[in-house]
Amino acid sequence: MEFQASLALVAPELVLSLSGLALLLAAAWGGDKASRLISILAVAALVGAGFLAAPALCNGASGPDTLAFGGQVKVDAFAAFAKLLIYLAAAASLIVAPAFFERVKAMRAEYPVLVLFAAMGMGIMVSAADLVTLYIGLELNSLAAYVLAAFLRTDERSAEAGLKYFVLGALASGFLLYGMSLTYGFAGTTSFAGIHAALAGDMSKGALFGLVFVLSGLAFKISAAPFHMWTPDVYEGAPTPVTTFFASAPKVAAMALTMRVVVDAFGAQVQAWQQIVMIVALVSIVVGALGAIGQDNIKRLMAYSSINNVGFILIGLAAATQQGASAMLVYLAIYVAMTIGGFVAILMLKDANGEPVEQIAQIAGLSSHRKVLAVCLAMIMFSLAGIPPLFGFWGKFLVFQAAVQAGMVPLAAIGIAASVIGAFYYLKVVKVMYFDEPANVAVGKSDWAHQALLAICAIFISPLGYLLTGWLGGMADKAAAALYFVG
Amino acid sequence: MIGIEHYVVVSAILFVLGVLGIFLNRKNVIVILMAIELILLAVNINLVAFSAFLGDLTGQIFAMFVLTVAAGEAAIGLAILVIYFRGRGTIAVEDANRMKG
Repeated sequence: MEFQASLALVAPELVLSLSGLALLLAAAWGGDKASRLISILAVAALVGAGFLAAPALCNGASGPDTLAFGGQVKVDAFAAFAKLLIYLAAAASLIVAPAFFERVKAMRAEYPVLVLFAAMGMGIMVSAADLVTLYIGLELNSLAAYVLAAFLRTDERSAEAGLKYFVLGALASGFLLYGMSLTYGFAGTTSFAGIHAALAGDMSKGALFGLVFVLSGLAFKISAAPFHMWTPDVYEGAPTPVTTFFASAPKVAAMALTMRVVVDAFGAQVQAWQQIVMIVALVSIVVGALGAIGQDNIKRLMAYSSINNVGFILIGLAAATQQGASAMLVYLAIYVAMTIGGFVAILMLKDANGEPVEQIAQIAGLSSHRKVLAVCLAMIMFSLAGIPPLFGFWGKFLVFQAAVQAGMVPLAAIGIAASVIGAFYYLKVVKVMYFDEPANVAVGKSDWAHQALLAICAIFISPLGYLLTGWLGGMADKAAAALYFVG
Repeated sequence: MIGIEHYVVVSAILFVLGVLGIFLNRKNVIVILMAIELILLAVNINLVAFSAFLGDLTGQIFAMFVLTVAAGEAAIGLAILVIYFRGRGTIAVEDANRMKG
């Protein structure tokens, strides 16, 4: 009975793994001709898994009823919130892929299968309640992601991105594992609840080392400075649909995992990790803002923008309150929409032959020949910068509010000052599109799937998004309450 | 008498060697793959030593999982290395510079 209840709790992962395996067989049997059909089925599987995950969020599930497999997995409202974002982002990266890969005749049937496995790994990550589960989920996601980065096998930049991602990702896993082994040794258990209880008094040196290693490993995965160096190269080199995926889903998963680890496992030692998170947040904001200034490739620019945004999200974590966690989740939801919108807009920048346009100089005067696209891209840039009428402002506002209410006025002040530096390069893109001499390069037609997805993201981040603040905030509050549930 | 400290020190030395192997090595990507294995083995020594010290089996089970994942990781790493070599004809670390910024 216990086993059946556990299986019912992990139903979304079961759906993803079984459909992933079935589609892998279909891919081997049907070959690359079947790739479009397999993509559609993979999106259907993600939607199905999303419907299975949603009830836990709507009910605000928390407490011992959400533990499965003897406390290895915790399927509460927090995990469900993160999972829904992950599935949405994965589905978006599947929808945009065929038009991109078919042009270079590289649409292979393995792509949707790999994305499905990565999504399953991320689902396990966010519902981990034990270091072993955490590791398995993380690696399931990472191994699929390494292959995805190198997916355009004949393209040298893609292969190099895959190699760099692999080496630095494996190093990060090594850091994380070493930290977990020390934590296990000094706490005597691998379960988050057990670690929380074992570290309730004074923290030993060994456990502190473990915490630092675990946090640096996780900082690699969320690409927070000073562990961000892989991000620009991988984002630039990987095929754009894959970059769309990397910038959205794994970021949500790793961020949710970081929240779970510091609150659940190290929640008794808040002052130990709070300082680390504060420093990492500020360094990320500054590095992201300054690093982006000299970039001429728009994908690299988006990479630095994501480092910058991760810094802002971490400010919510530094507050170490339930309100901060809720603010982070709202920010993550808005960030996913902005990133997907941004990369879909980049995918739509094509020259007359359909070749992708990635240099910022080449989109000069875009407003004269692609008016709607220029408006959408400008909105996304303003929203990423956090300029008020757009929805991106709301996420930043909540995060800073949480920091101020936790008594961290200096942190919030430095963050706001740095976001002004960040606004510079976002505005530069808008200036190039609207006020520079038209280069007339990005004139290619775009796919209807891209247009539809961009329209949805643009409406979500437009001032209309504020209609959703109550609903989104309510969901995030339920998820944060489940994260901080004490019972 | 060999105690838990000895194991932890050996594992720490191996871990540092592995990390240095990744950062100081300027020649060959294969050496980086070996350094990654060294890191994972350092972790395994830690896990098994702590497991024996604590009288708790979880550490050994964890070590089994790490071994399994390390095998998968090495396979994927070598596969990526092969397609990289096909495109570029070299696996020297300093040649991995198609992207700069």
